[in-house]
This record gives sequence, C-alpha cells and structure tokens, in this order.
Amino acid sequence: MNQDDVPQNQSSAFEGQRKPLYVLDKDGHYTTELSSGWDAEEVVLDQAIALFAAQCEAARQRVEQKLCAPLEYHMYQRRMDLTVLAQSTGFFKWQIKRHMKPEVFSHLNPKKLARYQKALGMSAAELQAMPNED
Amino acid sequence: MTVIDFDHRQTAHCESGAMSALLRHNGLDISEPMVFGIANALTFAYLPFVKIGGMPMIAYRMPPGRLIKGVASRLGVTMQFERFRNAEQGMHALNRHIDQGRPVGLQASVYWLPYFPQDMRFHFNAHNLVAYGYEDEKYLLSDPTFEHPVTSDYQALKKARFVKGMLAPKGLIYYPTKMPENADLPQAIRKAIKGSVNMMLRTPLPIIGVRGIRYVAKKFRAMGNAHEQEGSHNKLVIGHMVRMQEEIGTGGAGFRFLYASFLQESAGLLDCPKLEAASQEFTDTGDEWRRFALFSAKMLKGRMPLDYDKLADQLLVIADSEAGSFRLLQQAI
Repeated sequence: MNQDDVPQNQSSAFEGQRKPLYVLDKDGHYTTELSSGWDAEEVVLDQAIALFAAQCEAARQRVEQKLCAPLEYHMYQRRMDLTVLAQSTGFFKWQIKRHMKPEVFSHLNPKKLARYQKALGMSAAELQAMPNED
Repeated sequence: MTVIDFDHRQTAHCESGAMSALLRHNGLDISEPMVFGIANALTFAYLPFVKIGGMPMIAYRMPPGRLIKGVASRLGVTMQFERFRNAEQGMHALNRHIDQGRPVGLQASVYWLPYFPQDMRFHFNAHNLVAYGYEDEKYLLSDPTFEHPVTSDYQALKKARFVKGMLAPKGLIYYPTKMPENADLPQAIRKAIKGSVNMMLRTPLPIIGVRGIRYVAKKFRAMGNAHEQEGSHNKLVIGHMVRMQEEIGTGGAGFRFLYASFLQESAGLLDCPKLEAASQEFTDTGDEWRRFALFSAKMLKGRMPLDYDKLADQLLVIADSEAGSFRLLQQAI
C-alpha cells in the first residue's frame, strides 16, 4: 500500500484514535502513516459488536419473561459467552447454565456469587438486577 | 510518585512494540519491524479446534509470548519473566520495579483496560504494554497501540493483569536483565528468514503456512455449499477472519506490510538487493490480503453478492503470492 492510499474513514469505533500502518512513500521506502479507520474494517467490527448487542437484547427479553436470571444479560453485556465466563469464574458451563435459572440464581450462596462478581466486575446488587432502560 | 523517563512510541503491533521499546530503553535501538521479523513472528495458521466466540482461530502471527522469547534468544538478550499467584503481590512487584527505575512490560486483558475505546474492547488477554511510572493512584503506561501515553487506576490495572481464562496473564511482568555487547543483527536476520521460509513453505501440517491458506480456501467453497443452513454463521466466520487480519496491531494486511518493512530494512543492512525484491513481493501479498478484506466487507454489507467461490479464489491468489514471496526469500538467503 502507498502512503497516499491510507484510508482515512474516521471510524467511530476508534473514538478519535488513529493507528499506524506500514506503507510505502513516494520513493518506495517503508514508513508509517496514521489511519483514522477503514470502511472495510469497520464493517467487520460492527458485525461483532452487533452480535453482542443482539445477544444482550435477547437475554433482556428472557429476563423480563422470567426465563433466565439477569446473570445471562450481564454476561453478554460484558462481551462474554459461556466459555469465557466459565474460564473466568472457574465454573463448568453446565453449572453456569444452571445458575442462570431465576430460581437457582436467587438462592445462590454468597461464595459463588462472589466469583461472578469478581469475573464480571460488579457488585452483588448490580448482578441481581437489570440496569435501568436508558 | 515515581516517573521514569521513557520514550513512548506508537507501533502497529503491541508485542513487537513493547519489546522494541524495552530494548531501546536498555540501549539497543531496534525498529518494530526488525523485532517482528527477527522473532519469526509471521505465520498463517487455521486452528479449527481452538475456538474464539465459537469461531475457529485464524492467526496471522505466532502465539503471544513467542515474539518476546524469539527475539531475545536471537539477539542474546536475557529476559526475566515474573508471574504471580496473588494479585496484590503482583501490583506490589510492579511498584518495586518502577521505584528501582526499571520500566517493565506487562501482559493484560484488552477488555479491562480503562483507556480502550468501548468498541475495541474484547476479551483478549494477551495485550502488551509498558509501565513506566505511577502518581496519585494512577499508573503511567506506554501502550504501543496508542498515540500518546495513557493511564490506569490501580483497581482496573489489577483486574486487567489478573483476569482468568484463555491466555491468562497471571500478572506477567517482563524486562531484559542482560543486554548483548554486540548483537549480531545480520546473522539473526538470516536465521529468522530461514525459519519463516520453513514454516510457511515446508510445514507438514495442512493447516499452517501457505498450505493453510489453501485449506481455508477449500473450507470457504464448502461453506458455499452449506449456505442455505449455515448462512448467518458463515458470515460471522468471514467477518472474524477479516477482523483477525485487519484489527489494531497488524499494521494492515495481517502483518504482511510489517514483514515487508522488515525485509526492506534487512536488505540495507545485509546489502542484499534480493531482499528488497522480496520486500516488494510481500507488499503485493499484503495488498491482496486487503483486497480479500474489501470483498468480504462488501459481501457482508450486501454491496456485492455473497460469493464464497470468489473469496476462495482470492485466497488462492494470496496463497500463490505468498508462496512466490517466500520462494524468492529462500533464494535470497
């Protein structure tokens, strides 16, 4: 890629940050040039963000229908999935699935709750409730 | 309050950036591409049994940690690595290093570092940065992926350094303890290039190197046949592949431009015009990777019909281009 071709698409995900790309200058020497984002890159980033948003929303609806505990919502809200949450709490996936049932979660002992608090970086009260709708 | 005088520079990749910054601070002025190249960091690997968010792992560079160890052993730098069971102890050790005037490399999770933009925060636990001071409960950090130095409070940094899970950092601190008197750069370059040629052209595994790229091309064609049932998942895999290739820290095109820059610098150092030619080939390869990203993005956006064969064909173009580049490299060394 040539220095003049560095995309400057002002990606919103960058929040004003820029990143260096290794590119060729006019004389064919490698140098770095800052890019404010590339449309193609933003498409695939948006895709990943949208997936988390959709999972969050689906979990919110299940919580409202009392089908699952807020834990499931918080997991997606923290951009985790079952695998990541299992690894960061040390629980097995089947344990977490069980804990996600509202009746199980409401009786979860404080020790286990603390492991979720730590992994998700939330207080017990935050973990047991849904955030207010903005 | 302790602040070490540290030269912050933004780089494309975090691991080569942190490592070149540490080496520079300790008297060995070496560029990021040189660190990346000497460490044999370039690769291609398709690892379907390692899942990230349900998606197969597609890597364009060696696993985290290999770069630091690779460049250290090639240049004769002795590195000290410290990991901790206890998070408080790990934070205490960090303070002690800073008090002793020693900037140190840290491994941390991208998601929990407070200065990352919201949309860039994912659970990737092997991010690298350098800590060079603290004041009023704030740590002063030289994060190579940012234009300017950043800060983090104690709690956030502790959380980011001690997350559990895949590639858990366990509070990793690293720094050079012994620097080489005279690093033999030309020899290190030759060895590194030979190593990369072997990995990319002569791997016995069909999922690594140039063969790996052809393997993924085949997978893409197969995905096309299963599009009716698996369409939405397939789109995620395509996006995932491009994301790994273009995300912050690649220098563009899955590290291929970074590697081309390394070859150009080496051509000058070794006075070897063939390396310059190889560098140009890698630039072309990188451009082909970017074309693949562009096609993918257009297809995902619906600006182009979703055509798995077209993507597979483009991957074969890349594979041929990469094979050609590495063969040229083989002759040059």
